[in-house]
Amino acid sequence: MSVRRLAEEQPASFEFTPENMVWVKAQIAKYPEGRQASAVIPLLWQAQKQNQYWLPKPAIEKVAELLDMPYIRVLEIATFYTMFNLEPVGRYFIQMCGTTPCMLRGSDEIKAVLQRRVGEQRKVSADGNFAWLEVECLGACCNAPMVQINDDYYEDLTPENFEKLLDDLAAGRPVSIGSQTGRRSSEPAGKLTTLVSLYGEDGLSGPASAKTTA
Amino acid sequence: MLDDKDRIFTNLYGYGDWGLKGAMARGAWDNTKGLIEKGKDWIIEEMKASGLRGRGGAGFPTGLKWSFMPKPDPARPSYLVVNADESEPGTCKDREIMRNDPHLLIEGCMIASFAMGAHACYIYLRGEYILEREHLQAAVDQAYAAGLIGKNNKNGWPFDLYVHHGAGAYICGEETALLESLEGKKGMPRLKPPFPANMGLYGCPTTVNNVESIAVAPTILRRGAAWFSSFGAKNNAGTKLFCVSGHVNTPCNVEEAMSLPFRELIDRHCGGIRGGWDNLLAVIPGGSSVPCVPAHEIIDAAMDFDTLRGLKSGLGTAAVIVLDKSTDIVRAITRISYFYKHESCGQCTPCREGTGWMWRVLTRMCEGRAQKREIDMLLEVSTQIEGHTICALGDAAAWPVQGLIRHFRHEIEKRIDDYAANPHSETVLPLGVAAE
Repeated sequence: MSVRRLAEEQPASFEFTPENMVWVKAQIAKYPEGRQASAVIPLLWQAQKQNQYWLPKPAIEKVAELLDMPYIRVLEIATFYTMFNLEPVGRYFIQMCGTTPCMLRGSDEIKAVLQRRVGEQRKVSADGNFAWLEVECLGACCNAPMVQINDDYYEDLTPENFEKLLDDLAAGRPVSIGSQTGRRSSEPAGKLTTLVSLYGEDGLSGPASAKTTA
Repeated sequence: MLDDKDRIFTNLYGYGDWGLKGAMARGAWDNTKGLIEKGKDWIIEEMKASGLRGRGGAGFPTGLKWSFMPKPDPARPSYLVVNADESEPGTCKDREIMRNDPHLLIEGCMIASFAMGAHACYIYLRGEYILEREHLQAAVDQAYAAGLIGKNNKNGWPFDLYVHHGAGAYICGEETALLESLEGKKGMPRLKPPFPANMGLYGCPTTVNNVESIAVAPTILRRGAAWFSSFGAKNNAGTKLFCVSGHVNTPCNVEEAMSLPFRELIDRHCGGIRGGWDNLLAVIPGGSSVPCVPAHEIIDAAMDFDTLRGLKSGLGTAAVIVLDKSTDIVRAITRISYFYKHESCGQCTPCREGTGWMWRVLTRMCEGRAQKREIDMLLEVSTQIEGHTICALGDAAAWPVQGLIRHFRHEIEKRIDDYAANPHSETVLPLGVAAE
């Protein structure tokens, strides 16, 4: 468990944008009548996303009102689930996985980069670009070490490619999500050991070459 | 070695098209209607005969679980809930299914729902899997548009599928905590009984299954129970996704036959142990919650439920975490202890208080700032957490610590001796610094 409190400085109000309101209604419709409380996590998440990845008190109140739930029930959710950031997190919020599989592959070095470049955990950097937090297993252990920045995973990190990634983000240059060493997903680096008959050893030369659906 | 023709996840790495067209070309949605027309009894019998054991960690027979669902009652609809809250450290297999082959899962949901008389299914993804959620939702939309699922679909079983997500709580991988979370509450496990098959989601009959268990079902039914059960040792049938992480040369996810020896798994797919086989220290073979197994015991062990249980560990989710001799084993387990402290929901006192206590003691032991008698005290406390909580998180927190003491007590004692020979007030090894 961890101690989680609402930020001291709060905005005066919160409203979902019209597009998000349409989305909110579609979410509530997924659940049987009278069970609209089920939508509480998706709604809070969308509110957080709309509000630069942190969840202010008025948003919690708004969600309670939309779902016809007592405020305390929604506050309880916002403080129980650790993906809800209760304080501002900067333009790029970096969640660094530090659990054992990542630790074994060198997350300590990634952490050292963050400590040097961004500073203390949970503090937004002076330029407003970054804040970081060590989190528990993000479920990309075959591509360790890794971080999640806002919505996206960045995997197979080394101190060098991670510094470059931070430079690129700070400068607004495009970055590629996923593996930073050119792996497609969690296949063995180098050449495939399975599915070779379908895709070839490099994954691309087989009968069904790489395609993605838009 | 398993042939490619016997692999179920033929787009595991995403080299092919994850959409409907690609999935159908690989054989998904092939005669789903025909499978459904064979009836629910046939499906459940076939699943039982296949020997499939749940892939979420506990290894409960999937067909048997499906058979527990009561007869449909209009006042209390049945639900299928798919547990895609993959957060056991070391595990990253369901992620690949959802982003690279989501239609296998969707078809499995349809068939499993039919077999248990459910017209609605919720897939509960962990909140961090945002790309995976987008792929899965897009695939669900494709399936609706193609008339494969929905109220009036061409497979003849009215069926709705909804994608739901959590927000970063490991505990929601426990089935009743997942149901609580899906109902819009804090993810705190429920007391059992009543079991979800009687009182699950919204108080209605519910079955909760892991992603992999559901995603393999259509292929098993198409190819036959005998085909699936031909892989692996008796009582440990089938193919399985292994997630190998840690100190191997090429960490990867791979689908292999059950009961494959550990050495073969690593040599064939993972480029061997970093620094060679002599450099292997220990392995955590089933995700962070199972006890570690020292090198000499695991090297030639078959990777399946029964063999690993015999080694006082477990297959769990088949998340194989490899530790070589450069590892600070005490610190590695301490970090796992911290994980459980962080993820305890706080409902039961032994777990809420015990996980933090174990972590604090282990942190001191990492540095050697402890007494040798505390090792036994730690073991004793861990056995008081184990089995004394509502859900298995208490057990999961206790087992890694017990494994550490069972196999590496000498390492802790050495730390204590080293520190006692040179006591000082500086921090020896802050938890955040590598020991390598």
